[in-house]
Amino acid sequence: MEQLAALIAATLSAGTPLLLAGIGLLINERSGVVNLGAEGMMLIAAAAGFAVGFHSGSATAGLLAGAAAGALFSLLFSALAIGLVTNQYATGLALTLFGAGLSAFAGLAYVGKSVPFKTTFEIPGLADIPFLGTAFFKLHPMVYLALLLTGVVAWVLARTRLGLTLRAVGESPESAHAIGFPVRGIRVGAVAFGGACCGLAGAYLSLIYTPLWVEGMVAGRGWIALALVTFATWRPWRVALGAYLFGSVTMIQFALQAEGIEIASQLLSMLPYLATIVVLALISRNPAFIRINMPASLGKPFHP
Amino acid sequence: MWKLRRMLVLSAVMGAALALTGCGKEEPKPAAKAAEAPKPEPLKVAFAYVGPVGDGGWTFAHDLGRKEAEKEFGDRIKTSFVENVPESADAERVIRDMATQGNKLIFGTTFGYMEPMLKLAPEFKDVKFEHATGYKSAENMRAYDVRAYEGAYVAGIIAGKMTKTNTLGFVASIPIPEVVRNINAFTLGAQSVNPKVKTKVVWINKWFDPGKESEAATALINGGADVLLQNTDSSAVLQTAEKMGKLAFGWDSDMTSYGPKAHLASAIINWAPYYKKAIKDALSGTWKVETNWWGMKEGAIDLVSISDRVPADLKKMAEDKKAEIKEGKFNVWTGPMTSNDGKEMLAKDAQGDDKFIAGIMFYVRGVEGKVPSNK
Amino acid sequence: MLRLEARPAPSTLMRYTAPLIALAITVVFGTFLFLALGKSPLAGLKVFFITPLDNLRGVSEVALKMIPLLLCSLGLAICYRSNIWNIGAEGQLVVGGITAGGVALLASPDSARAYFLLVLLAGILGGMAWASITAFLRDRFNANEILVSLMLSYVGGLLLLYLVNGPWKDPKGFNFPYSKTFEAVAMVPKLLPGTRLTWGIVIALLALIAVWIFVARSKAGFRLQVTGHAPLAARFAGFSAREGIWVSLLISGALAGLAGALEVAGPLGQLTPQFSTGYGFAAIIVAWLGRLHPGGCLFAAFIMALIYIGGELSQSRLGLPAAITGVFQGMLLLSLLTADTFIHYRLRRS
Repeated sequence: MEQLAALIAATLSAGTPLLLAGIGLLINERSGVVNLGAEGMMLIAAAAGFAVGFHSGSATAGLLAGAAAGALFSLLFSALAIGLVTNQYATGLALTLFGAGLSAFAGLAYVGKSVPFKTTFEIPGLADIPFLGTAFFKLHPMVYLALLLTGVVAWVLARTRLGLTLRAVGESPESAHAIGFPVRGIRVGAVAFGGACCGLAGAYLSLIYTPLWVEGMVAGRGWIALALVTFATWRPWRVALGAYLFGSVTMIQFALQAEGIEIASQLLSMLPYLATIVVLALISRNPAFIRINMPASLGKPFHP
Repeated sequence: MWKLRRMLVLSAVMGAALALTGCGKEEPKPAAKAAEAPKPEPLKVAFAYVGPVGDGGWTFAHDLGRKEAEKEFGDRIKTSFVENVPESADAERVIRDMATQGNKLIFGTTFGYMEPMLKLAPEFKDVKFEHATGYKSAENMRAYDVRAYEGAYVAGIIAGKMTKTNTLGFVASIPIPEVVRNINAFTLGAQSVNPKVKTKVVWINKWFDPGKESEAATALINGGADVLLQNTDSSAVLQTAEKMGKLAFGWDSDMTSYGPKAHLASAIINWAPYYKKAIKDALSGTWKVETNWWGMKEGAIDLVSISDRVPADLKKMAEDKKAEIKEGKFNVWTGPMTSNDGKEMLAKDAQGDDKFIAGIMFYVRGVEGKVPSNK
Repeated sequence: MLRLEARPAPSTLMRYTAPLIALAITVVFGTFLFLALGKSPLAGLKVFFITPLDNLRGVSEVALKMIPLLLCSLGLAICYRSNIWNIGAEGQLVVGGITAGGVALLASPDSARAYFLLVLLAGILGGMAWASITAFLRDRFNANEILVSLMLSYVGGLLLLYLVNGPWKDPKGFNFPYSKTFEAVAMVPKLLPGTRLTWGIVIALLALIAVWIFVARSKAGFRLQVTGHAPLAARFAGFSAREGIWVSLLISGALAGLAGALEVAGPLGQLTPQFSTGYGFAAIIVAWLGRLHPGGCLFAAFIMALIYIGGELSQSRLGLPAAITGVFQGMLLLSLLTADTFIHYRLRRS
C-alpha cells in the first residue's frame, strides 16, 4: 500500500512539468496558433530560471524568471509568426533550434553548480494521514499550483468573456476581426501565456525536479507537452489526465524494472508512448469529441 | 519548366552572394607573428566528443583531461575539439576533417567512433588515432579505456555496510558491457562485506536525461533500495536520494555539493593521466600500438570525498581495498563467480582477464532481473 | 507606423531577393555574434558558407548529408499540401533503416550485386508500414496524426535500440549494441570514387523529379491538394479524404524509409543505435523553407546540410562552441522565414 502511495506521489511530480507546459500550449493553440518552439522555450527558461535561482538564492524568483524568460522568448515567435505571418510550424522548429543553442551557450557557466532549495514539503495535518498523506500531501507546491492553474484555465475558457473571445479568435479570426476584436493582439497574448507556462515548466525542471542545469536537460518534454494538447482534444482537464497518465506509465515501467521483471527495458520504455496512442485512438473514435474542440484556424496564418 | 528555371536562378543568385560575402578578404593575421623566433611546430591534437562539453558527465570529464594536458605541455601542443558529434555517418566526416587539418593525434571518445576511425587509419598513416572504450586497433590506431568498475566495487563495499534494507539500487543507462560491469562490480563489492545484499536495476535507455534518471531513482527507492549508484551522466540520482532521505554516490566527477546529506563518496574518472601519456608518446616518438586500460593504479579511477557519515572502520576498509587494487593485489573478477541464472562464469580462484572483462554481459548473483534484450 | 499589406499577386522580384534579404540579415547578425565572441566575422561567415564547399570532398559530403533531408522533406511536403500533419518522418526513417538493415544482414558474400536494391526496397516498405499505422489510426479511429506519428518516432527509436542490443547484435562485437557490418553487395554503390557519396543522391534526385511530376502534373496529386485544402469541394467532386490520408502518408513513409535505407546501407554499413541524427525532424524545417515545393526542398536541403557541416567546421577551425552554431542556424532559418513574408506582403506606411 505504502508503495502505491509513493507511486501516486511520484506520478504527480512527474506529470507536473508536462501539465504546466501543456496548459500553456493549450491556450496558445486555442487562439489558433501552433508553437512548436515549446522545447526551446523550456530550455531557455530552465537556464534562466536556474541562473536567477542560483544568484538570488530564491526558488520563487527563479521560477518567476523562468516564466518571464519563456514569455519573452515567445515574443520572438509572435513577431515572426503573427507579425510577419511566417509559417508557424517552421518558425516554431527554428525557435527550438535557436533556444537549444542559446540556452546551452548562456548556461555554460552554470554546469556543475547546485542550488540549495528545499524540495520537500508537507501539508501540516494532512501529511500524516496514512496512505493519502504520502500520496497527495507531501508534494512540492508547484504540483498543486499546476492543478490550480488547470482549474483557472478551464474556468476562464468556459465561463468568461475572455475565454469566449479567445475561442472566437481560434475558430474564425476573420469574423472575430470583423466584430472588432484585436485578433493579433489576442494571439500574441495567448502565445506569451504559453511561453510563460512553458517557462514555468522549464524552471521547475531545473530548480525543483532535478535541481541542476545541463545542456538539453528538458530532453523532449516540450514535445510530449505539445502532443498532450492534441491528446486532450484541447480541453484543460484532459491535459491533466494526459500528463498524469504519461507520468504514471513512465513510473510504472520503472517500478516493474525495479521488481526485476524479465521484459527488455527498451520495450518497457515504449509503454508511455504506446499507452498515449491507444488512449487517443479510443477517445477519438467519436469524431465529435475532436471536431468540437479543435480550433478551426489552428496553424493557419491570419492577416487582417 | 518555368518553375525549375526559377529555382536554378535562385540557387545561382544565392551562391554568388555567398561567394561575394565570404571571399572578399582573408582573415587579418596578427602582426606579432612575424617577429617571433622560429619554433618547432606545435603538435596538433584533436578530440571528437559525443556529447556537449557542458554535459557535466562523460564529455565534461574528457574535456577536463584535455585542458589539463594543454596546461602541462603549453605551446608544444595545440588542441581543438568538436563536440556533439553523433555516432552516425557524421563521425567519419568530422574525424577525417581533423586529420586533413594537420592534427597528428586524434582522440575519439566514444565507442561508436571505432569503425569510422578504423576506416580512416590506413588513409592517414602519419596520424595517430586513439579510440576510447573500443577493442579494435590498427598500425596507427590504439584503444584506451578506464577501469571504472574499480570505483564501483569500492563504492559497493561502502554501500553493502550502509544499507539497512539490504537492497541497493542502480540507475543504468544503455546496456553495454561497461555498464553491466559496473552493476556487477558494485554488487560484488557490497557482497564482500554483506552477503545478503541484492541489487535492483532500472535502465533508462539514455545516457542523459536528468528527469528520467530521477524518476528511475524514485522507482528504486519506492521498491526498497536505500543506497543508490548510477552509471548515467547527471547528478539527478544523488539529488533524488537526498530529497527522499536515502544514500547515494557521485559518478564521473565529485558530486558532494549536490547532496551533502545523501552523498557517501564519488567514483570519479580522471582522463588527464592518460591524455598526458598519449601526448608524451606522440611528442617523443615512442607512440606504439598497445591497449591501455587504466584504473586506480594509474590514477585514472578513484573513489573520493568519502563522507563523514561513513564510520571510520568502514572508511578504512574502503581505503585498504583501494590500496590493494592500486598495488595490483586484488582483481575484482576473481572466481568463483556465478551469473544470476546460476551459470558458472569463473571457476574458483580463476581470474577474469581483460578479454573476459571486456565482454561481460551477464548479471552476477545478487542482481535482480536480466540484462535487457539478452537472449 | 509601418504595417504589412498583402500584395495583390506574389512578388516575382521578392521570390528571388527573399533569400538575399535573409542572407543580409544573417550576415548582419552573424557579424555581431562573431565580433561579440572575439572572432573575425569574415572568417566566421566563410566557415559556414564557403569552407564546406571548397573542394570536391566537401561538396560530396554536403550532397551526402542532403540525401535524407531531401527525401524526408519531399514526403512531408506532400503530406502538408494535403493537410496531413505528419511530423513522424523520423520514426519512418528509423524503421526504414531497421528493415533495410534486417535484409542487409541476410546477404551472403556471393549474393548478386543487385542485392542492395532489395535492401532499399525493404527500407521503403518498412517506412510505409510504419506510416501506415498513423494512417490506419487516423482513418479508422480518427486519431490525430501529429500525436500518433510523433509518439511512433520514439517507439521506432526504442525498437532500434532493442534490436541492436538483442537479436541483431554482432556476436563478435564484445556485446556492444551494433549489428554486424553489412556485406559489400548489400551496400549502395559509390558514385564518386574516393568519397563517401553514393548513388543515393541520384536516387534522391529521381525521387524529387517523380514527386514534382506527381504534385504538378498528375491527377492524383491534384486530388490530394483539393481534399487537403477544400474538403467540401473535394467531397462534391467525389474525392475521398481517406484517400488523401493514405496516399500522402504512404508516400511520405516510403521516402523516409528509403532515406533510412540509404543511410545504413550507404555511409554506415551497419545498424547503429543512433544512425539517424534527427533527419526526420530537420526535414520539417526543410519542407517549409522549401515552401512545400520539390525544387524548394532541394534548395532548403542544401542550405540545411551546409549549415550543419559549417557548424562542425566552426568548432574545429575557430574553436566556437557547438551551442553557437545552434544559435546561428536558428537565426538563419528565422531570417529565411522572415524574408519569405515579403513575397506575399509588403510594408506600407499607415
